[in-house]
Amino acid sequence: MDLDKFKVHGEPLIYGAMISIALATIGILVGLTYFKKWGYLWREWLTTVDHKKIGIMYILAALLMLFRGGVDAMMMRLQTAAPEMKFLDAQHYNEVFTTHGLIMILFMAMPFIIGLMNVIIPLQIGARDVAFPRLNAVSFWLFFMGAMLLNISFVIGGSPDAGWSAYFPLASLEFSPTVGNNYYSLALQISGIGTLITGVNFIVTILKMRAPGMTLMKMPMFTWSVLITNVIIVFAFPVLTVALAMMMFDRLFGSQFFTMANGGMDMLWANLFWVWGHPEVYIVILPAFGIYSEIIATFSKKNLYGYTSMVFSMLIISLLSFLVWAHHFYTMGQGAMVNSFFSITTMAIAVPTGVKIFNWLFTLRKGRITFTTPMLYTLAFIPIFTIGGVTGVMLAMASADYQYHNTMFLVAHFHYVLIPGAVFAVIAGFHYWFPKVFGFRLNERLGKHAFWWIIISFNVTFFPMFFLGLMGMTRRLYTYSKESGFGPLNMLSFVGAVGLAIGFVILVYNIYWSTRYMPRDTTNDPWDGRTLEWATHSPIPLYNFAIVPKVETRDALWSAKQENIPLYTDTKYTKIHMPSNTGKPFILGVVFFFLGFFLVFSMWIPAIVAGIGILVVLAFMSFDKDQGYYIPVEEVIATEKKLMRGETV
Amino acid sequence: MKKKGPLYALFLSLILLLPGCSSIAVLNPKGPSARTLSDTIILSIIVMLGVLAVVYILYIFVLVKYRAKKSNEGYIPKHEEGNVVLEAIWIIIPIIIVAFLSVVTVKTTNEVENVAADYKDQTPLVIYASSSNWKWHFSYPEEGIETVNYVNMPVHRAVEFRMYSFGTITSLWIPQLAGQKYAMSDMLTTLHLSADTEGSYIGKNANFSGKGFAHMEFEALVLSNKGYEDWVKEVKETAPKLTEEEFKGLLATDYLGRKTYSSTHLEFSPPPGDHGEHMSGGGKEMDMDNGNQEHQDNKEIHPSPEPSSGTEFDSKPDPEVDQPLPSSPVDESTHEGH
Repeated sequence: MDLDKFKVHGEPLIYGAMISIALATIGILVGLTYFKKWGYLWREWLTTVDHKKIGIMYILAALLMLFRGGVDAMMMRLQTAAPEMKFLDAQHYNEVFTTHGLIMILFMAMPFIIGLMNVIIPLQIGARDVAFPRLNAVSFWLFFMGAMLLNISFVIGGSPDAGWSAYFPLASLEFSPTVGNNYYSLALQISGIGTLITGVNFIVTILKMRAPGMTLMKMPMFTWSVLITNVIIVFAFPVLTVALAMMMFDRLFGSQFFTMANGGMDMLWANLFWVWGHPEVYIVILPAFGIYSEIIATFSKKNLYGYTSMVFSMLIISLLSFLVWAHHFYTMGQGAMVNSFFSITTMAIAVPTGVKIFNWLFTLRKGRITFTTPMLYTLAFIPIFTIGGVTGVMLAMASADYQYHNTMFLVAHFHYVLIPGAVFAVIAGFHYWFPKVFGFRLNERLGKHAFWWIIISFNVTFFPMFFLGLMGMTRRLYTYSKESGFGPLNMLSFVGAVGLAIGFVILVYNIYWSTRYMPRDTTNDPWDGRTLEWATHSPIPLYNFAIVPKVETRDALWSAKQENIPLYTDTKYTKIHMPSNTGKPFILGVVFFFLGFFLVFSMWIPAIVAGIGILVVLAFMSFDKDQGYYIPVEEVIATEKKLMRGETV
Repeated sequence: MKKKGPLYALFLSLILLLPGCSSIAVLNPKGPSARTLSDTIILSIIVMLGVLAVVYILYIFVLVKYRAKKSNEGYIPKHEEGNVVLEAIWIIIPIIIVAFLSVVTVKTTNEVENVAADYKDQTPLVIYASSSNWKWHFSYPEEGIETVNYVNMPVHRAVEFRMYSFGTITSLWIPQLAGQKYAMSDMLTTLHLSADTEGSYIGKNANFSGKGFAHMEFEALVLSNKGYEDWVKEVKETAPKLTEEEFKGLLATDYLGRKTYSSTHLEFSPPPGDHGEHMSGGGKEMDMDNGNQEHQDNKEIHPSPEPSSGTEFDSKPDPEVDQPLPSSPVDESTHEGH
């Protein structure tokens, strides 16, 4: 065993990070011990199977990762702000943009969306939990441990540095001899398995656990988007699993799937990666479409325009998302015929997406629009995302892509798609559903401050990149000369990045401020909502609904409020079956973390021990005879009385 | 593109409207291939501005008209299911737009994948461009010369680049002359281009290839026919021969300045088979004859990047380099020759 492999070359930035990580860890441990919170942490969070708590943990982890990825972004923009900057060296810059991409897509956008999914979906379909609550905990802990594994790479052994797409042969042992890309294959593998389990779990939940009367075509749009997303997950993630396993074999065991010699094919990796990677884009975008649909309907006080075409457009997008992967390498010399085919399928995605944009605009038409913070993000999404969309069509044209490929134009495009398409959506959803989970709203004034900082700075940051791309600036360029003329626009972009950072800081400050000072909501329905999640109490009781609601129309709660269609036809409380908490998913996650860590450093014996450990935990889980427990009627009635806060039943 | 007179005029007017366009390399083409791409890009920008305009006008109209105000307080909007005719409109019109752009794409993709129309009757000048670490080797099999990190070519001449790599995937890109294409280790890719104007153009690797990626630029110098012939003659008379040993030395070096030789490495290190063979041959063609196997063998001498050296590229001049390295690769090449 070679201890040198653990060391990361000396740089003040990395030492600073090491010290701050160590201090934060010690601080958390000391704090937990001092306030005697270990038991609370274990009972209420680490062992929980409650979908709401798991959702909250997902969102907290995603917020943390947003800041980790954000700091990466700031470092990149600072390094390229002026020609010949000496802030980062090439190696460090390569690690930073690689982890920025990985973290933002896989450990920020996706978990944030899965977090919202976890909190809201069972509520929206009138269920008491997800179909497999313990498996849900397994999903979370696998994701979380994968994320942690990737994060420690920065201080132990070195981060992956071959780009988030990790093209071979660059990512092979020959050209990336450090352990960085071992971390890539293992961290993604572990969290990817978690995501795949989530996919199965939510498909079953949505298909089997809807409230009586809620047919597929009466489901809220967010539920529809999540259903389709999880179908994509189940189809796409196995490809990633296989590709990462092959990568791991290449790097750890000397197999030659993607090498240059001995029959390996470097482009096989690119194909496998993008067969997963392009649908992945829609895994983060489609739920966002669902979130926006909910918010637009709520704050224009109208039902969603063209519900049926909204559903079908998502289905078509999900199908097409599997038919476009080769547009990521038009320039591979695959010939005009192949390129033309992928051009047309790629451009075709613009049609269903356009349908959605116009349906949203027509939902607003004849409505009564109120500009709350979640609605502002939603409204900002439409024009900004449209720019992302039309530049996407431009990129889809194979011939023109020969000039855009791998340039800052592409970087601008996908940020114009992903930030309004995913980040604004999760922020909007966060503001929108926050009062449901915690029982109070976020401050509107602070929310709007953050909004304007974020929206304006976003455009200042990314719009110049379209021009930089056309000027010939390639992506992943850690430095450039003064003569290239890239300097001024990059400086502008850096200024925008600073503004974005300020916006996000205000957003977090808002959470702190609102927790302390915002008045508690007693109505359970602060936004005058339309769907079932607003029909239960805020904060939500453990069992979600004391009585399972009956659904007659699409906007069930709205119909109940407007047309007096009763939601609860049963009036008698009954005992409620709930799953019991278990620590096994957490332990499984920890063992997976150690397996990953040992494999990264080729420590075979500990790795085998950890591998056996996983089998042991799985065996314990499969022989678990715990059938859950019942909440007695008296307790349900008592809880309901307490949450009613004096309202009449 | 000459048939599209009115459209072309529209492109030109847009170019004039966009300030500072001369610094935008992609929209300032100097050859037929890049011009086709530039026209395609401008056409798509115009179409897309139209789409944006429709969305934005509708968006502003809706937001202004239907915002919550005192005057519409208490107004509860009616249930509105959707409208088949309207929805059909915003399905069909985008389909028409996409169909139009598809036709343009297929046509222009074919155009740039082949020799430009005006140069069809010429035999192209073949230049092999191979990448290793963070440098480019340009071999001229007809002339029997080879250059490193710069490429000279004659004006008004069809040029055919044949690209491959001795390592990671790279992408050869001369924005003002043609779009980019990948150079990979196990197949040959082809890029057709020709220049209409003499001058010096920036060429670069556009695909991330590791530590030295940012420094992987080269100068593409377009000379008059006479100038080119003189240069070839001079190289043949004055430059040394490229021996196999020297070439191995070049491959093993991370960074290099310019180099010139009076023979090519293709003689002892043949390129891989082309794309078609690779895809269809099922390994049959991968024999000694077309050099594929030999190319594979040559990879063994290809060095791995040194993991331990954390030093900056600039501060470590390589003993192999006989010309001083520019502090930045761009310094040595003026952006435009005029």
